Amino acid sequence: MKGLRSLYIQVGIGLVLFILFAVLINNLSINLIRTNLNFSFKWLYRPASFALAEHPLPYSPSDSYAWALFIGWLNSLKVIFISLIISTLIGFITGIARTGRNPLLKIIAASYITLIRQTPLLLQLMFWYFVGFLSIKGTLIFPNERILVLSNQGIKIFGDINLTAEYSSLVIGLTVFTGAYIAEVVRGGINSVPRGQWEAFRSVGLNENSGVLKIIIPQALPAILPGLTSQYLNLAKNSTLAIAVGYADIYAISDTIINQTGRAIEGFILLLLSFLFLNLIISLMMDFFNEIITKYQKV
Amino acid sequence: MINPIVSANELVKTYSKGLIALNNISMVVNKKEVLVVMGPSGSGKSTLIRTFNGLESFDSGELEVVGITIGTDPEDRKVREIRKRVGMVFQQFNLFPHLSILENITLAPIQVQRKNRIEAEDHAMELLSQMGIEKQAKKYPIQLSGGEQQRVAIARSLAVNPELLLFDEPTSALDPERVNEVLDAMRKLAQDGMTMVVVTHEVSFAKEVADRVVFMDSGKIIETSSPNVFFNNAKEERSRKFLNQIIK
Repeated sequence: MKGLRSLYIQVGIGLVLFILFAVLINNLSINLIRTNLNFSFKWLYRPASFALAEHPLPYSPSDSYAWALFIGWLNSLKVIFISLIISTLIGFITGIARTGRNPLLKIIAASYITLIRQTPLLLQLMFWYFVGFLSIKGTLIFPNERILVLSNQGIKIFGDINLTAEYSSLVIGLTVFTGAYIAEVVRGGINSVPRGQWEAFRSVGLNENSGVLKIIIPQALPAILPGLTSQYLNLAKNSTLAIAVGYADIYAISDTIINQTGRAIEGFILLLLSFLFLNLIISLMMDFFNEIITKYQKV
Repeated sequence: MINPIVSANELVKTYSKGLIALNNISMVVNKKEVLVVMGPSGSGKSTLIRTFNGLESFDSGELEVVGITIGTDPEDRKVREIRKRVGMVFQQFNLFPHLSILENITLAPIQVQRKNRIEAEDHAMELLSQMGIEKQAKKYPIQLSGGEQQRVAIARSLAVNPELLLFDEPTSALDPERVNEVLDAMRKLAQDGMTMVVVTHEVSFAKEVADRVVFMDSGKIIETSSPNVFFNNAKEERSRKFLNQIIK
């Protein structure tokens, strides 16, 4: 009896989903016919005819839309990859400081986390761009021209690495924002390690720093990782706010292309697929990492 | 006159709720002595030995351990110096689960004493065979029985050649049939002349191994006697009452 009932429920859910998709696809094809656009990706090979301020590979307006999209994807990766690394560092340092014994560091960490988590990311990005970079008069030099130069054009590191103001403010905004969230994840992980482990490393004479690094963090990682993964995925998705500071990431470029060609459906499908692909890679990497660090629990 | 390894003078510790954990404790632990601390739960016996290696602080009094004086607001450097020379074995073993048995034992010699790895591992293997578990060296704590884990914990505390070993109810978390293997290891240590302070409820161990028994209740030392006197003819009424409850 019970098996039969659960079968009915499953068939029912299947039917509802089927009808929902049928309606959506029907709606889509009616709209496509009405706007006189066929569902096609041929337009990807036509020249883009717009310029891009930043392109890690050679690009000119006569290149195809496909190439422009690819450049956008690389621009996004450039932001996501660097932000991922720096926000992890910020997050771990802040999270550890928050659980540590130094009262001053604790207060600084707590205020940073509170401030960042209670304000919108879009606002923070605007702040870094307009207040942080565009309002700089002349150049700020730390400590000489060969190391670090800040101006309203962006950041110049070691005299020959130039980062635009758009890229810099996006990376700074994303890392500062994500770092605060990662710090909370790290704090939760550290608190999940039994108190006895702290007493054990102290009682064998280890100092606080090496105890935290060698004993506490490795045991906190299994609890940290799932939260860390979702922060990484959020970071990748939040990078589309690049459009707010005028950075040519994949979303900004797709937006331009959709405006030029009217290919909203194909454009959004490509956009969604590229993020799905990117985030699947992040998830897979984190799963792999999780296997490594929890090995000792499964011997 | 040899200086005692631990000398406590009028130690007082009060928890924030007004509970008195240590109430004017004065005592000494002499070199090569096995001191057993007994008492009902909440009597402050664990708190007392945990002040000896700085895991607990105290509100007033004086404490000198292995020649180092620590006050009510101890410097980290001094506390760490004590911990390098005093080992501790916990009720819950507290082995590092992500490290192999061998790594658990060599961690402090390599990280704290800056010994080289080979030397540290040789010493660790020696300690493990002394504990009768040299075959488990490559395994992880989770793969061992409670009794074996506790013997690893003893080996870990011995790895830095401590002058004093503190045992905080080392057999309380073990299955009954595993208690003796740990007590045997501790008997051997006592015979070899290790200075030990043991918080335990194991009467037979105390009778056989202890040089003195300290009985505590409500944060006070009620009685300090030889095991012979304590178990057969305790001086204090409160001690006799406690013994009646644990020995049936």
